[in-house]
Amino acid sequence: MTVENDLPGVRRRRIKVGRRVLPYILSLPALLVCIGILVPFVTAAIYSLQRYRLSQPWARKFNWGENYLNFLSDPDFWNTLKVSLVYAGTTVTLELMLGLGIALLLQRRTRFNNFVSIMLLMPLMTAPVLAALMWKLMTNSGFGILSYLVSSVGIQDFRWASSPDTALLTVVLVDIWVYTPFIMILLLAGLRSLPSQPFEAAALDGVPRTFVFWKITLPMLMPYILTATLFRLLDSIQQFDIIYAMTQGGPGDTLTVFQVEAYLNFFQSTNIGRSAALMMILWAITFVLSNIFIKNWLKLRERAN
Amino acid sequence: MLETSPLETFLRGVAILLVILFFMFPIFWIVLMSFQTNETILRIPPSFIFEPTFDNYRALITGKLETNAASLDIAFMRNMGNSVLLSVGAVLLALILGVPAAYSFARHKTRFSEDIAFTLLSFRFAPPLLVLLPLTIYFQKLGLSDTYFGLIWVYQLICLPLILWIVRGYFEDISEDVEYAYRIGGHSWFETFRKIAVPLAGPGIAAAGLLAFIFAWNNFIFALVLASADKQPVTVGALAFVTASGIQYGQIAAAIVLSITPTLLLAVYAQKYLVEGLSLGAVKG
Repeated sequence: MTVENDLPGVRRRRIKVGRRVLPYILSLPALLVCIGILVPFVTAAIYSLQRYRLSQPWARKFNWGENYLNFLSDPDFWNTLKVSLVYAGTTVTLELMLGLGIALLLQRRTRFNNFVSIMLLMPLMTAPVLAALMWKLMTNSGFGILSYLVSSVGIQDFRWASSPDTALLTVVLVDIWVYTPFIMILLLAGLRSLPSQPFEAAALDGVPRTFVFWKITLPMLMPYILTATLFRLLDSIQQFDIIYAMTQGGPGDTLTVFQVEAYLNFFQSTNIGRSAALMMILWAITFVLSNIFIKNWLKLRERAN
Repeated sequence: MLETSPLETFLRGVAILLVILFFMFPIFWIVLMSFQTNETILRIPPSFIFEPTFDNYRALITGKLETNAASLDIAFMRNMGNSVLLSVGAVLLALILGVPAAYSFARHKTRFSEDIAFTLLSFRFAPPLLVLLPLTIYFQKLGLSDTYFGLIWVYQLICLPLILWIVRGYFEDISEDVEYAYRIGGHSWFETFRKIAVPLAGPGIAAAGLLAFIFAWNNFIFALVLASADKQPVTVGALAFVTASGIQYGQIAAAIVLSITPTLLLAVYAQKYLVEGLSLGAVKG
Protein backbone atom coordinates (compact mmCIF):
# COMPACT_ATOMS: atom_id res chain seq x y z
CA MET A 1 0.00 0.00 0.00
CA THR A 2 2.80 2.44 0.87
CA VAL A 3 4.24 1.71 -2.53
CA GLU A 4 1.09 2.86 -4.27
CA ASN A 5 0.95 6.09 -2.26
CA ASP A 6 4.31 7.10 -3.68
CA LEU A 7 2.99 7.00 -7.23
CA PRO A 8 1.62 10.02 -9.04
CA GLY A 9 -2.14 10.27 -8.77
CA VAL A 10 -2.89 9.50 -12.39
CA ARG A 11 -1.01 6.29 -12.48
CA ARG A 12 -2.46 5.25 -9.17
CA ARG A 13 -5.93 5.67 -10.56
CA ARG A 14 -5.03 3.73 -13.67
CA ILE A 15 -3.67 0.89 -11.62
CA LYS A 16 -6.74 0.88 -9.43
CA VAL A 17 -9.11 0.78 -12.39
CA GLY A 18 -6.97 -1.93 -13.94
CA ARG A 19 -7.03 -3.92 -10.76
CA ARG A 20 -10.76 -3.74 -10.57
CA VAL A 21 -11.66 -4.50 -14.18
CA LEU A 22 -8.81 -6.57 -15.53
CA PRO A 23 -9.40 -9.68 -13.45
CA TYR A 24 -12.91 -9.84 -14.85
CA ILE A 25 -11.73 -9.30 -18.42
CA LEU A 26 -9.05 -11.96 -18.06
CA SER A 27 -11.43 -14.52 -16.63
CA LEU A 28 -14.05 -13.78 -19.27
CA PRO A 29 -12.94 -16.55 -21.69
CA ALA A 30 -12.95 -19.08 -18.86
CA LEU A 31 -16.40 -17.86 -17.90
CA LEU A 32 -17.59 -18.30 -21.48
CA VAL A 33 -16.35 -21.90 -21.49
CA CYS A 34 -18.20 -22.42 -18.22
CA ILE A 35 -21.41 -21.13 -19.74
CA GLY A 36 -20.83 -23.16 -22.89
CA ILE A 37 -20.72 -26.27 -20.75
CA LEU A 38 -23.54 -25.30 -18.44
CA VAL A 39 -25.93 -24.92 -21.38
CA PRO A 40 -25.76 -28.60 -22.43
CA PHE A 41 -25.84 -29.56 -18.77
CA VAL A 42 -29.16 -27.76 -18.31
CA THR A 43 -30.37 -29.28 -21.57
CA ALA A 44 -29.58 -32.74 -20.27
CA ALA A 45 -31.51 -31.97 -17.09
CA ILE A 46 -34.50 -30.94 -19.22
CA TYR A 47 -34.26 -34.07 -21.41
CA SER A 48 -34.29 -36.18 -18.27
CA LEU A 49 -37.73 -34.77 -17.46
CA GLN A 50 -39.13 -35.61 -20.88
CA ARG A 51 -40.48 -38.59 -22.68
CA TYR A 52 -38.03 -38.32 -25.57
CA ARG A 53 -37.24 -41.08 -28.05
CA LEU A 54 -35.58 -40.31 -31.36
CA SER A 55 -37.68 -43.04 -32.96
CA GLN A 56 -40.91 -41.32 -31.88
CA PRO A 57 -40.24 -37.57 -32.12
CA TRP A 58 -43.98 -36.81 -32.23
CA ALA A 59 -44.50 -38.29 -28.78
CA ARG A 60 -41.94 -35.97 -27.17
CA LYS A 61 -43.38 -34.23 -24.12
CA PHE A 62 -42.64 -33.43 -20.50
CA ASN A 63 -43.39 -36.33 -18.23
CA TRP A 64 -41.60 -34.69 -15.28
CA GLY A 65 -40.29 -37.28 -12.87
CA GLU A 66 -41.51 -40.34 -14.74
CA ASN A 67 -38.08 -41.36 -16.06
CA TYR A 68 -36.78 -41.30 -12.51
CA LEU A 69 -39.82 -43.02 -11.00
CA ASN A 70 -39.54 -45.79 -13.57
CA PHE A 71 -36.05 -46.56 -12.32
CA LEU A 72 -37.49 -47.77 -9.01
CA SER A 73 -39.15 -50.75 -10.68
CA ASP A 74 -36.57 -51.17 -13.45
CA PRO A 75 -34.24 -54.15 -12.89
CA ASP A 76 -31.88 -52.82 -15.59
CA PHE A 77 -31.35 -49.66 -13.59
CA TRP A 78 -30.59 -51.54 -10.39
CA ASN A 79 -28.20 -53.72 -12.35
CA THR A 80 -26.45 -50.60 -13.65
CA LEU A 81 -26.18 -49.16 -10.16
CA LYS A 82 -24.91 -52.44 -8.75
CA VAL A 83 -22.33 -53.04 -11.48
CA SER A 84 -21.06 -49.46 -11.25
CA LEU A 85 -20.64 -49.64 -7.48
CA VAL A 86 -19.03 -53.08 -7.58
CA TYR A 87 -16.67 -51.98 -10.32
CA ALA A 88 -15.67 -48.77 -8.56
CA GLY A 89 -15.38 -50.46 -5.17
CA THR A 90 -13.29 -53.36 -6.42
CA THR A 91 -10.92 -51.37 -8.60
CA VAL A 92 -10.27 -48.63 -6.05
CA THR A 93 -9.76 -51.03 -3.12
CA LEU A 94 -7.34 -53.22 -5.04
CA GLU A 95 -5.51 -50.26 -6.56
CA LEU A 96 -5.14 -48.60 -3.18
CA MET A 97 -3.64 -51.72 -1.59
CA LEU A 98 -1.35 -52.40 -4.53
CA GLY A 99 -0.40 -48.74 -4.96
CA LEU A 100 0.44 -48.33 -1.28
CA GLY A 101 2.46 -51.54 -1.33
CA ILE A 102 4.48 -50.46 -4.36
CA ALA A 103 5.00 -46.96 -2.96
CA LEU A 104 6.40 -48.50 0.24
CA LEU A 105 8.71 -50.73 -1.83
CA LEU A 106 10.04 -47.76 -3.77
CA GLN A 107 10.13 -45.30 -0.88
CA ARG A 108 13.92 -44.90 -0.63
CA ARG A 109 15.32 -42.40 -3.11
CA THR A 110 17.69 -44.62 -5.00
CA ARG A 111 18.44 -44.39 -8.71
CA PHE A 112 16.90 -47.80 -9.29
CA ASN A 113 13.69 -46.94 -7.42
CA ASN A 114 13.28 -43.68 -9.32
CA PHE A 115 13.81 -45.51 -12.59
CA VAL A 116 11.18 -48.12 -11.69
CA SER A 117 8.66 -45.47 -10.67
CA ILE A 118 9.11 -43.71 -14.02
CA MET A 119 8.66 -47.03 -15.86
CA LEU A 120 5.47 -47.70 -13.93
CA LEU A 121 4.02 -44.44 -15.22
CA MET A 122 3.79 -45.92 -18.69
CA PRO A 123 0.51 -47.82 -18.22
CA LEU A 124 -1.00 -44.65 -16.75
CA MET A 125 0.04 -42.68 -19.80
CA THR A 126 -1.41 -45.26 -22.18
CA ALA A 127 -4.88 -44.30 -23.39
CA PRO A 128 -7.28 -46.56 -21.42
CA VAL A 129 -9.05 -47.59 -24.60
CA LEU A 130 -5.73 -48.69 -26.16
CA ALA A 131 -4.79 -50.48 -22.94
CA ALA A 132 -8.06 -52.39 -23.23
CA LEU A 133 -7.18 -53.35 -26.81
CA MET A 134 -3.77 -54.58 -25.67
CA TRP A 135 -5.36 -56.82 -23.07
CA LYS A 136 -7.92 -57.95 -25.59
CA LEU A 137 -5.09 -59.19 -27.79
CA MET A 138 -3.39 -60.86 -24.82
CA THR A 139 -6.60 -62.62 -23.76
CA ASN A 140 -7.63 -63.66 -27.28
CA SER A 141 -8.78 -67.27 -27.11
CA GLY A 142 -6.84 -68.22 -30.24
CA PHE A 143 -3.35 -66.84 -29.64
CA GLY A 144 -3.46 -64.66 -26.50
CA ILE A 145 -0.46 -65.17 -24.27
CA LEU A 146 -2.61 -64.98 -21.12
CA SER A 147 -5.09 -67.51 -22.44
CA TYR A 148 -2.15 -69.77 -23.17
CA LEU A 149 -0.67 -69.29 -19.68
CA VAL A 150 -4.00 -69.97 -18.00
CA SER A 151 -4.62 -73.14 -19.99
CA SER A 152 -1.04 -74.31 -19.41
CA VAL A 153 -1.64 -74.28 -15.63
CA GLY A 154 -4.64 -76.52 -16.20
CA ILE A 155 -7.56 -74.09 -16.25
CA GLN A 156 -9.51 -75.05 -19.32
CA ASP A 157 -12.00 -72.87 -21.13
CA PHE A 158 -11.19 -69.62 -19.34
CA ARG A 159 -12.86 -67.09 -21.61
CA TRP A 160 -11.88 -63.77 -20.01
CA ALA A 161 -14.07 -60.89 -21.19
CA SER A 162 -16.35 -63.05 -23.32
CA SER A 163 -17.81 -65.01 -20.42
CA PRO A 164 -20.27 -63.36 -17.99
CA ASP A 165 -18.46 -65.09 -15.12
CA THR A 166 -15.07 -63.55 -15.78
CA ALA A 167 -15.86 -60.35 -17.71
CA LEU A 168 -15.84 -58.17 -14.59
CA LEU A 169 -12.59 -59.71 -13.44
CA THR A 170 -11.00 -58.99 -16.82
CA VAL A 171 -11.96 -55.31 -17.01
CA VAL A 172 -11.00 -54.83 -13.35
CA LEU A 173 -7.59 -56.27 -14.21
CA VAL A 174 -7.15 -53.77 -17.05
CA ASP A 175 -8.27 -50.93 -14.77
CA ILE A 176 -5.73 -52.04 -12.17
CA TRP A 177 -3.03 -52.15 -14.81
CA VAL A 178 -3.77 -48.61 -15.98
CA TYR A 179 -4.58 -46.82 -12.73
CA THR A 180 -2.58 -48.44 -9.92
CA PRO A 181 0.40 -46.25 -10.92
CA PHE A 182 -1.77 -43.19 -10.29
CA ILE A 183 -2.26 -44.07 -6.63
CA MET A 184 1.34 -45.32 -6.37
CA ILE A 185 2.86 -42.09 -7.65
CA LEU A 186 0.75 -39.87 -5.38
CA LEU A 187 1.44 -41.96 -2.29
CA LEU A 188 5.13 -42.18 -3.16
CA ALA A 189 5.33 -38.39 -3.31
CA GLY A 190 3.44 -38.28 -0.02
CA LEU A 191 5.71 -40.81 1.68
CA ARG A 192 8.82 -38.97 0.57
CA SER A 193 7.51 -35.66 1.84
CA LEU A 194 6.83 -36.92 5.38
CA PRO A 195 9.11 -35.40 8.07
CA SER A 196 11.82 -37.83 9.16
CA GLN A 197 11.97 -37.00 12.89
CA PRO A 198 9.12 -39.25 14.06
CA PHE A 199 10.65 -42.19 12.22
CA GLU A 200 14.13 -41.54 13.57
CA ALA A 201 12.75 -41.24 17.09
CA ALA A 202 10.81 -44.48 16.70
CA ALA A 203 13.91 -46.25 15.36
CA LEU A 204 16.00 -45.01 18.28
CA ASP A 205 13.43 -46.31 20.75
CA GLY A 206 13.31 -49.64 18.95
CA VAL A 207 9.61 -49.41 18.16
CA PRO A 208 8.54 -52.43 16.05
CA ARG A 209 8.07 -51.60 12.41
CA THR A 210 4.48 -52.82 12.09
CA PHE A 211 3.65 -50.42 14.92
CA VAL A 212 5.47 -47.58 13.14
CA PHE A 213 3.50 -48.34 9.98
CA TRP A 214 0.05 -48.38 11.61
CA LYS A 215 0.62 -45.60 14.13
CA ILE A 216 2.94 -43.16 12.33
CA THR A 217 3.20 -43.78 8.57
CA LEU A 218 -0.45 -44.47 7.86
CA PRO A 219 -1.96 -41.57 9.87
CA MET A 220 0.55 -39.11 8.43
CA LEU A 221 -0.09 -40.39 4.91
CA MET A 222 -3.87 -40.24 5.34
CA PRO A 223 -4.48 -36.91 3.51
CA TYR A 224 -2.67 -38.31 0.47
CA ILE A 225 -4.53 -41.62 0.66
CA LEU A 226 -7.87 -39.83 0.91
CA THR A 227 -7.17 -37.53 -2.01
CA ALA A 228 -5.86 -40.33 -4.24
CA THR A 229 -8.74 -42.67 -3.33
CA LEU A 230 -11.50 -40.14 -3.84
CA PHE A 231 -9.94 -39.00 -7.10
CA ARG A 232 -9.89 -42.58 -8.35
CA LEU A 233 -13.37 -43.33 -7.04
CA LEU A 234 -14.73 -40.35 -8.97
CA ASP A 235 -13.14 -41.57 -12.19
CA SER A 236 -13.87 -45.24 -11.64
CA ILE A 237 -17.59 -44.89 -11.08
CA GLN A 238 -17.69 -43.16 -14.47
CA GLN A 239 -15.52 -45.69 -16.27
CA PHE A 240 -16.40 -45.97 -19.93
CA ASP A 241 -13.31 -46.37 -22.13
CA ILE A 242 -12.02 -49.69 -20.82
CA ILE A 243 -15.41 -51.38 -20.58
CA TYR A 244 -16.65 -50.09 -23.92
CA ALA A 245 -13.49 -51.11 -25.77
CA MET A 246 -13.37 -54.51 -24.09
CA THR A 247 -17.00 -55.69 -24.16
CA GLN A 248 -19.34 -52.78 -24.99
CA GLY A 249 -21.09 -53.50 -21.71
CA GLY A 250 -21.55 -57.18 -22.44
CA PRO A 251 -21.78 -60.08 -22.45
CA GLY A 252 -25.50 -59.38 -22.02
CA ASP A 253 -25.79 -56.70 -19.37
CA THR A 254 -22.89 -57.92 -17.24
CA LEU A 255 -20.95 -54.65 -17.46
CA THR A 256 -23.53 -51.99 -18.25
CA VAL A 257 -22.13 -49.36 -15.89
CA PHE A 258 -23.73 -45.90 -15.87
CA GLN A 259 -21.95 -44.29 -18.79
CA VAL A 260 -22.02 -47.41 -20.97
CA GLU A 261 -25.74 -47.90 -20.31
CA ALA A 262 -26.45 -44.22 -21.05
CA TYR A 263 -24.42 -44.42 -24.25
CA LEU A 264 -26.27 -47.54 -25.42
CA ASN A 265 -29.63 -46.01 -24.46
CA PHE A 266 -28.84 -42.91 -26.46
CA PHE A 267 -27.33 -44.40 -29.59
CA GLN A 268 -28.89 -47.86 -29.82
CA SER A 269 -32.33 -47.67 -28.29
CA THR A 270 -32.40 -43.86 -28.86
CA ASN A 271 -34.23 -43.40 -25.56
CA ILE A 272 -32.86 -39.96 -24.80
CA GLY A 273 -35.04 -39.30 -21.78
CA ARG A 274 -33.84 -42.41 -19.95
CA SER A 275 -30.24 -41.80 -20.99
CA ALA A 276 -30.32 -38.24 -19.63
CA ALA A 277 -31.96 -39.36 -16.38
CA LEU A 278 -29.23 -41.99 -15.91
CA MET A 279 -26.57 -39.31 -16.37
CA MET A 280 -28.27 -37.00 -13.90
CA ILE A 281 -28.21 -39.72 -11.26
CA LEU A 282 -24.54 -40.41 -11.94
CA TRP A 283 -23.90 -36.67 -11.76
CA ALA A 284 -25.63 -36.49 -8.37
CA ILE A 285 -23.35 -39.27 -7.08
CA THR A 286 -20.20 -37.63 -8.43
CA PHE A 287 -21.32 -34.23 -7.14
CA VAL A 288 -21.43 -35.49 -3.56
CA LEU A 289 -18.14 -37.34 -3.96
CA SER A 290 -16.40 -34.40 -5.62
CA ASN A 291 -17.38 -32.03 -2.82
CA ILE A 292 -15.76 -34.34 -0.29
CA PHE A 293 -12.80 -34.71 -2.63
CA ILE A 294 -12.29 -30.99 -3.18
CA LYS A 295 -12.22 -30.34 0.57
CA ASN A 296 -9.39 -32.85 1.03
CA TRP A 297 -7.66 -31.73 -2.12
CA LEU A 298 -7.64 -28.08 -1.00
CA LYS A 299 -6.08 -29.00 2.33
CA LEU A 300 -3.35 -30.94 0.58
CA ARG A 301 -2.83 -28.15 -1.93
CA GLU A 302 -2.38 -25.56 0.80
CA ARG A 303 0.20 -27.77 2.43
CA ALA A 304 2.10 -28.16 -0.88
CA ASN A 305 2.22 -24.44 -1.63
CA MET B 1 16.76 -46.46 8.40
CA LEU B 2 16.34 -49.73 10.20
CA GLU B 3 18.62 -52.60 9.33
CA THR B 4 17.16 -55.05 6.85
CA SER B 5 17.69 -58.77 6.99
CA PRO B 6 18.92 -60.65 3.89
CA LEU B 7 15.57 -62.45 3.70
CA GLU B 8 13.71 -59.14 3.61
CA THR B 9 16.00 -57.76 0.91
CA PHE B 10 15.33 -60.89 -1.12
CA LEU B 11 11.57 -60.66 -0.69
CA ARG B 12 11.58 -56.98 -1.62
CA GLY B 13 13.55 -57.83 -4.74
CA VAL B 14 11.06 -60.51 -5.76
CA ALA B 15 8.14 -58.16 -5.12
CA ILE B 16 9.66 -55.39 -7.25
CA LEU B 17 10.38 -57.89 -9.99
CA LEU B 18 6.76 -59.07 -10.01
CA VAL B 19 5.55 -55.48 -10.10
CA ILE B 20 7.78 -54.66 -13.07
CA LEU B 21 6.68 -57.86 -14.82
CA PHE B 22 2.97 -57.11 -14.39
CA PHE B 23 3.15 -53.49 -15.51
CA MET B 24 5.73 -53.80 -18.27
CA PHE B 25 4.91 -57.14 -19.85
CA PRO B 26 1.79 -56.04 -21.80
CA ILE B 27 3.69 -53.21 -23.50
CA PHE B 28 6.64 -55.48 -24.21
CA TRP B 29 4.40 -58.19 -25.66
CA ILE B 30 2.46 -55.81 -27.92
CA VAL B 31 5.72 -54.35 -29.25
CA LEU B 32 6.89 -57.88 -30.07
CA MET B 33 3.58 -58.65 -31.76
CA SER B 34 3.83 -55.56 -33.93
CA PHE B 35 6.99 -57.00 -35.55
CA GLN B 36 5.42 -60.36 -36.36
CA THR B 37 3.41 -61.79 -39.18
CA ASN B 38 0.05 -63.37 -38.46
CA GLU B 39 1.64 -66.82 -38.81
CA THR B 40 4.14 -66.30 -36.00
CA ILE B 41 1.52 -64.57 -33.85
CA LEU B 42 -0.82 -67.53 -34.16
CA ARG B 43 1.81 -70.11 -33.17
CA ILE B 44 1.05 -72.28 -30.19
CA PRO B 45 2.82 -72.22 -27.83
CA PRO B 46 3.68 -68.50 -28.15
CA SER B 47 7.38 -67.85 -28.52
CA PHE B 48 9.80 -64.96 -28.21
CA ILE B 49 11.78 -66.17 -31.18
CA PHE B 50 10.75 -64.96 -34.61
CA GLU B 51 12.10 -63.15 -37.59
CA PRO B 52 11.09 -59.49 -37.20
CA THR B 53 9.16 -57.91 -40.04
CA PHE B 54 8.34 -54.26 -40.66
CA ASP B 55 5.39 -55.10 -42.90
CA ASN B 56 2.80 -54.09 -40.30
CA TYR B 57 4.28 -50.64 -39.90
CA ARG B 58 4.75 -50.31 -43.65
CA ALA B 59 1.10 -51.13 -44.26
CA LEU B 60 -0.05 -48.59 -41.69
CA ILE B 61 2.23 -45.80 -42.87
CA THR B 62 1.60 -46.25 -46.60
CA GLY B 63 -2.10 -46.75 -45.87
CA LYS B 64 -2.30 -49.83 -48.09
CA LEU B 65 -2.82 -53.34 -46.89
CA GLU B 66 -1.94 -55.94 -49.52
CA THR B 67 -3.51 -59.33 -48.96
CA ASN B 68 -3.72 -62.30 -51.25
CA ALA B 69 -7.27 -61.41 -52.12
CA ALA B 70 -7.27 -57.63 -52.43
CA SER B 71 -5.72 -54.35 -51.43
CA LEU B 72 -7.36 -52.56 -48.53
CA ASP B 73 -7.14 -48.88 -47.59
CA ILE B 74 -6.18 -48.05 -44.02
CA ALA B 75 -6.97 -44.57 -42.71
CA PHE B 76 -4.75 -44.96 -39.69
CA MET B 77 -2.25 -42.21 -40.53
CA ARG B 78 -5.17 -39.86 -40.96
CA ASN B 79 -6.22 -40.74 -37.39
CA MET B 80 -2.69 -39.93 -36.23
CA GLY B 81 -2.85 -36.58 -38.00
CA ASN B 82 -6.23 -35.85 -36.41
CA SER B 83 -4.87 -36.72 -32.97
CA VAL B 84 -1.97 -34.30 -33.42
CA LEU B 85 -4.22 -31.54 -34.73
CA LEU B 86 -6.90 -31.96 -32.05
CA SER B 87 -4.49 -32.28 -29.13
CA VAL B 88 -2.23 -29.41 -30.17
CA GLY B 89 -5.23 -27.22 -30.97
CA ALA B 90 -6.90 -28.01 -27.65
CA VAL B 91 -3.74 -27.28 -25.65
CA LEU B 92 -3.07 -23.99 -27.45
CA LEU B 93 -6.63 -22.82 -26.89
CA ALA B 94 -6.50 -23.90 -23.25
CA LEU B 95 -3.23 -21.98 -22.77
CA ILE B 96 -4.61 -18.83 -24.40
CA LEU B 97 -7.77 -18.98 -22.29
CA GLY B 98 -6.29 -20.46 -19.15
CA VAL B 99 -2.99 -18.71 -18.47
CA PRO B 100 -4.37 -15.14 -18.21
CA ALA B 101 -7.30 -16.44 -16.17
CA ALA B 102 -4.94 -18.36 -13.89
CA TYR B 103 -2.92 -15.19 -13.36
CA SER B 104 -5.93 -13.10 -12.51
CA PHE B 105 -7.22 -15.82 -10.15
CA ALA B 106 -3.84 -16.00 -8.44
CA ARG B 107 -3.44 -12.24 -7.99
CA HIS B 108 -6.97 -10.99 -7.52
CA LYS B 109 -8.99 -13.43 -5.53
CA THR B 110 -12.65 -12.47 -5.59
CA ARG B 111 -15.70 -14.56 -4.95
CA PHE B 112 -16.47 -14.34 -8.64
CA SER B 113 -13.08 -15.68 -9.70
CA GLU B 114 -13.18 -18.46 -7.12
CA ASP B 115 -16.65 -19.46 -8.33
CA ILE B 116 -15.40 -19.77 -11.92
CA ALA B 117 -12.29 -21.67 -10.86
CA PHE B 118 -14.28 -24.18 -8.83
CA THR B 119 -16.99 -24.56 -11.44
CA LEU B 120 -14.31 -25.42 -13.99
CA LEU B 121 -12.77 -27.85 -11.54
CA SER B 122 -16.12 -29.54 -10.95
CA PHE B 123 -16.43 -30.13 -14.71
CA ARG B 124 -13.35 -32.30 -14.44
CA PHE B 125 -15.35 -34.68 -12.25
CA ALA B 126 -18.75 -34.54 -13.90
CA PRO B 127 -19.70 -37.46 -16.18
CA PRO B 128 -18.62 -36.43 -19.70
CA LEU B 129 -21.63 -38.05 -21.38
CA LEU B 130 -23.95 -35.75 -19.45
CA VAL B 131 -22.59 -32.84 -21.50
CA LEU B 132 -21.78 -34.80 -24.66
CA LEU B 133 -25.22 -36.24 -25.37
CA PRO B 134 -27.02 -32.88 -25.64
CA LEU B 135 -23.99 -31.55 -27.52
CA THR B 136 -24.46 -34.09 -30.32
CA ILE B 137 -27.84 -32.50 -30.96
CA TYR B 138 -26.54 -28.92 -30.60
CA PHE B 139 -23.56 -29.62 -32.82
CA GLN B 140 -25.82 -30.79 -35.63
CA LYS B 141 -27.90 -27.62 -35.33
CA LEU B 142 -24.88 -25.33 -35.17
CA GLY B 143 -23.04 -27.09 -37.99
CA LEU B 144 -20.14 -27.96 -35.66
CA SER B 145 -20.52 -31.71 -35.92
CA ASP B 146 -18.08 -32.05 -38.79
CA THR B 147 -15.43 -29.57 -37.64
CA TYR B 148 -12.17 -29.77 -35.75
CA PHE B 149 -13.08 -26.60 -33.89
CA GLY B 150 -16.15 -28.15 -32.28
CA LEU B 151 -14.05 -30.99 -30.85
CA ILE B 152 -11.23 -28.67 -29.76
CA TRP B 153 -13.78 -26.59 -27.91
CA VAL B 154 -15.18 -29.64 -26.11
CA TYR B 155 -11.63 -30.77 -25.24
CA GLN B 156 -11.45 -27.65 -23.03
CA LEU B 157 -13.47 -29.70 -20.58
CA ILE B 158 -10.30 -31.63 -19.74
CA CYS B 159 -7.54 -29.19 -20.73
CA LEU B 160 -8.78 -25.96 -19.20
CA PRO B 161 -9.24 -27.07 -15.55
CA LEU B 162 -5.82 -28.70 -15.68
CA ILE B 163 -4.03 -25.62 -17.06
CA LEU B 164 -5.94 -23.24 -14.84
CA TRP B 165 -5.27 -24.99 -11.56
CA ILE B 166 -1.65 -25.97 -12.16
CA VAL B 167 -0.55 -22.65 -13.62
CA ARG B 168 -2.37 -20.76 -10.89
CA GLY B 169 -0.20 -22.54 -8.33
CA TYR B 170 2.94 -21.41 -10.16
CA PHE B 171 1.76 -17.80 -10.29
CA GLU B 172 0.98 -17.90 -6.58
CA ASP B 173 4.57 -18.97 -5.94
CA ILE B 174 5.97 -15.82 -7.59
CA SER B 175 6.61 -13.07 -5.08
CA GLU B 176 4.35 -10.08 -5.62
CA ASP B 177 7.21 -7.74 -4.68
CA VAL B 178 9.01 -8.54 -7.92
CA GLU B 179 5.96 -7.50 -9.88
CA TYR B 180 5.43 -4.34 -7.85
CA ALA B 181 9.01 -3.33 -8.41
CA TYR B 182 8.57 -3.69 -12.15
CA ARG B 183 5.32 -1.75 -12.17
CA ILE B 184 6.83 1.16 -10.22
CA GLY B 185 9.24 1.41 -13.12
CA GLY B 186 6.26 2.58 -15.15
CA HIS B 187 5.20 -0.65 -16.78
CA SER B 188 1.59 -1.54 -17.31
CA TRP B 189 -0.26 -4.41 -15.76
CA PHE B 190 -0.20 -6.34 -19.01
CA GLU B 191 3.54 -5.79 -19.51
CA THR B 192 4.17 -7.11 -16.01
CA PHE B 193 2.14 -10.18 -16.80
CA ARG B 194 3.92 -10.74 -20.09
CA LYS B 195 7.50 -9.85 -19.17
CA ILE B 196 7.70 -10.97 -15.53
CA ALA B 197 4.96 -13.37 -14.50
CA VAL B 198 4.78 -15.60 -17.59
CA PRO B 199 8.56 -16.12 -17.95
CA LEU B 200 8.87 -16.89 -14.23
CA ALA B 201 6.04 -19.41 -14.38
CA GLY B 202 7.35 -20.69 -17.73
CA PRO B 203 8.40 -24.20 -16.70
CA GLY B 204 5.07 -24.74 -14.94
CA ILE B 205 3.14 -23.53 -17.95
CA ALA B 206 5.13 -25.82 -20.24
CA ALA B 207 4.54 -28.81 -17.96
CA ALA B 208 0.81 -28.11 -17.70
CA GLY B 209 0.69 -27.86 -21.49
CA LEU B 210 2.44 -31.21 -21.93
CA LEU B 211 0.07 -32.89 -19.50
CA ALA B 212 -2.96 -31.37 -21.14
CA PHE B 213 -1.63 -32.72 -24.44
CA ILE B 214 -1.33 -36.23 -22.97
CA PHE B 215 -4.87 -36.16 -21.61
CA ALA B 216 -6.27 -34.77 -24.84
CA TRP B 217 -4.43 -37.41 -26.87
CA ASN B 218 -5.66 -40.24 -24.64
CA ASN B 219 -9.25 -39.06 -24.66
CA PHE B 220 -11.72 -41.41 -26.26
CA ILE B 221 -15.29 -40.61 -25.34
CA PHE B 222 -15.48 -37.05 -26.69
CA ALA B 223 -14.40 -38.03 -30.17
CA LEU B 224 -16.39 -41.28 -30.11
CA VAL B 225 -19.58 -39.33 -29.56
CA LEU B 226 -18.88 -36.17 -31.55
CA ALA B 227 -16.31 -36.83 -34.31
CA SER B 228 -17.32 -37.75 -37.83
CA ALA B 229 -15.38 -40.56 -39.50
CA ASP B 230 -12.71 -38.34 -41.08
CA LYS B 231 -12.04 -36.34 -37.89
CA GLN B 232 -11.45 -39.28 -35.56
CA PRO B 233 -8.27 -39.43 -33.44
CA VAL B 234 -6.24 -42.62 -32.90
CA THR B 235 -8.18 -43.76 -29.84
CA VAL B 236 -11.42 -44.01 -31.80
CA GLY B 237 -9.63 -45.00 -35.00
CA ALA B 238 -7.81 -47.91 -33.37
CA LEU B 239 -11.05 -49.37 -32.08
CA ALA B 240 -12.69 -49.04 -35.48
CA PHE B 241 -9.57 -50.52 -37.05
CA VAL B 242 -9.91 -53.66 -34.94
CA THR B 243 -13.37 -54.24 -36.33
CA ALA B 244 -12.41 -53.38 -39.91
CA SER B 245 -9.17 -55.30 -40.23
CA GLY B 246 -10.54 -58.37 -38.51
CA ILE B 247 -7.69 -60.75 -38.14
CA GLN B 248 -4.68 -58.59 -39.02
CA TYR B 249 -3.37 -58.87 -35.47
CA GLY B 250 0.14 -57.67 -36.25
CA GLN B 251 -1.22 -54.44 -37.68
CA ILE B 252 -3.51 -53.89 -34.72
CA ALA B 253 -0.48 -54.24 -32.46
CA ALA B 254 1.56 -51.88 -34.63
CA ALA B 255 -1.30 -49.35 -34.57
CA ILE B 256 -1.41 -49.54 -30.78
CA VAL B 257 2.36 -49.07 -30.54
CA LEU B 258 2.28 -46.02 -32.84
CA SER B 259 -0.64 -44.55 -30.90
CA ILE B 260 0.88 -44.84 -27.44
CA THR B 261 4.45 -43.83 -28.35
CA PRO B 262 3.91 -40.02 -28.31
CA THR B 263 2.35 -39.94 -24.86
CA LEU B 264 4.87 -42.36 -23.37
CA LEU B 265 7.79 -40.28 -24.66
CA LEU B 266 6.24 -37.06 -23.38
CA ALA B 267 5.53 -38.67 -20.02
CA VAL B 268 9.16 -39.67 -19.58
CA TYR B 269 10.24 -36.20 -20.64
CA ALA B 270 7.83 -34.45 -18.25
CA GLN B 271 8.01 -36.99 -15.42
CA LYS B 272 9.25 -34.37 -12.95
CA TYR B 273 5.91 -32.57 -13.25
CA LEU B 274 3.59 -35.57 -13.57
CA VAL B 275 2.75 -35.94 -9.90
CA GLU B 276 1.81 -32.32 -9.64
CA GLY B 277 -0.21 -32.46 -12.82
CA LEU B 278 -2.04 -35.66 -11.98
CA SER B 279 -3.09 -34.30 -8.60
CA LEU B 280 -4.05 -30.95 -10.18
CA GLY B 281 -1.36 -29.22 -8.15
CA ALA B 282 -2.16 -30.73 -4.74
CA VAL B 283 0.95 -32.92 -4.43
CA LYS B 284 4.44 -31.85 -5.42
CA GLY B 285 6.82 -34.54 -6.64
